[in-house]
Amino acid sequence: MSDHILIVGASLAGLRAAEAVRGAGFAGRLTIVGEEPCAPYDRPPLSKQVLSGWVEAAQTELPALRPVDADWMLGMRATGLDLVARRVRLSDGSRIGFDRLLVATGARARRWPVAAEARLDGVTVLRTRDDAAALRVRLAARPERVVVVGGGFTGCEVASACIDLGAPVTVIEALEAPLLSALGATVGRYAAAIQRAKGVDLRTGVTVTALEDDGAGRLARVRLSDGQAVETALAVVCLGAAPNVEWLGGSGLAGSPRGLHCDSAGRALDAAGRPVDGIFAAGDVVRMDHPAFPGPPLRTEHWASACEQAAVAGANIARPGEPARRIAALPGFWSMQFGACLKLVGAPERADRTALLHGSVESGRFVVGYGQAGRLVAAAAVDHTHWLPFYEAQIEAGAAFPPTFARVDPPAAAWDFAP
Amino acid sequence: MRIAVDLNRCQFYAQCCFLAPEAFRLEAEQVLAYHPHPDDALREKVVRAAAACPTGAILIDHRDLSR
Repeated sequence: MSDHILIVGASLAGLRAAEAVRGAGFAGRLTIVGEEPCAPYDRPPLSKQVLSGWVEAAQTELPALRPVDADWMLGMRATGLDLVARRVRLSDGSRIGFDRLLVATGARARRWPVAAEARLDGVTVLRTRDDAAALRVRLAARPERVVVVGGGFTGCEVASACIDLGAPVTVIEALEAPLLSALGATVGRYAAAIQRAKGVDLRTGVTVTALEDDGAGRLARVRLSDGQAVETALAVVCLGAAPNVEWLGGSGLAGSPRGLHCDSAGRALDAAGRPVDGIFAAGDVVRMDHPAFPGPPLRTEHWASACEQAAVAGANIARPGEPARRIAALPGFWSMQFGACLKLVGAPERADRTALLHGSVESGRFVVGYGQAGRLVAAAAVDHTHWLPFYEAQIEAGAAFPPTFARVDPPAAAWDFAP
Repeated sequence: MRIAVDLNRCQFYAQCCFLAPEAFRLEAEQVLAYHPHPDDALREKVVRAAAACPTGAILIDHRDLSR
């Protein structure tokens, strides 16, 4: 009898899932398909150590935590899924059969939407190892100015790397502050202040209307919605990531451009919300139900979420007869930028209001709490990260928001505005 | 050798920076930078740094641990 587990996706989630499959005792055939031709690598160093020049892009291969004994099919993209025949179609036209499937195809950088402008020399994104290597070459050539399009996490980290390298940088953010859409007004206010203090030319409340060329196929300037233009030969488009779900279209799985819907055991669901036999998923491609946050599934794009989802889905796919494990850890992430550490725990996208809990924006050390219907659902800290394990426990315990207990280092003004 | 640091766990005790400064740097009070592929000659130092991490945040490739 054949017993073949196929993992599609060879990044953090794919590797950790393979380790979990073997760790759970699966002794059958294991195949891992990956679009990029290289072994799984770690993304967090790309925007920092690689851009700074300390680490080569090729030196980011992930540590394997145990042997996986798998057939690796790298440089191969999945293009279709046939759930009835139990086969995946690959980019070379071939098909590979499976008994059980784990989808870990991740996400890709959203490109600049005007294709002709996106193709200009000097218009880049930062998502893959190759993107980071190419951007490092351009930054090392001492550009006269770098324009970062989008003030989310990647955009802010790129801008921080530019400042560290002494490269003049302009950040264009459509909202009133960087990081505002993800973490609300307080963190946004902090991010705007520190960026300006560190020398970033931060333009908020404006959008890019055109990337203009020099007549020879190279970027010459970035045109803005306020009528201004920024002369530059290098624009890094940081408009977020889109889950790689297209290859699952028509397969019968419950996917949308926002991700593949899974339950908290990592089981892919059909349109009726029922788990599909033998089909699992993990990582950035997934919108997963979270036991701590009833309601719509979360697509978190966090490093730790990929690891936990892969561990759970990998164990469950390996042991079909046994009770399913479920994700339990609260979502969390970190970002190092402009000499400070920002960390988050919980689900700020659920919040209906926020409050400063410790410290102050002005001091550059603070904790912000996020509440939903009177319960604490998330906490973010800047250079005050030792508080987060405490607030993690508070969120898990369903603590009231705003907190009712007396606090060390309370802010002068307790109330903040809604996110 | 291949390593990664789970910076969700890291609480900036900086033990790694004392034990293997070639591979771990504290660039600010709460900003840790690390080299994902430290030179093999640093293996003992890096393994010791991982063992000393109070939060267990440093992950080392199993092949580097078994050599």
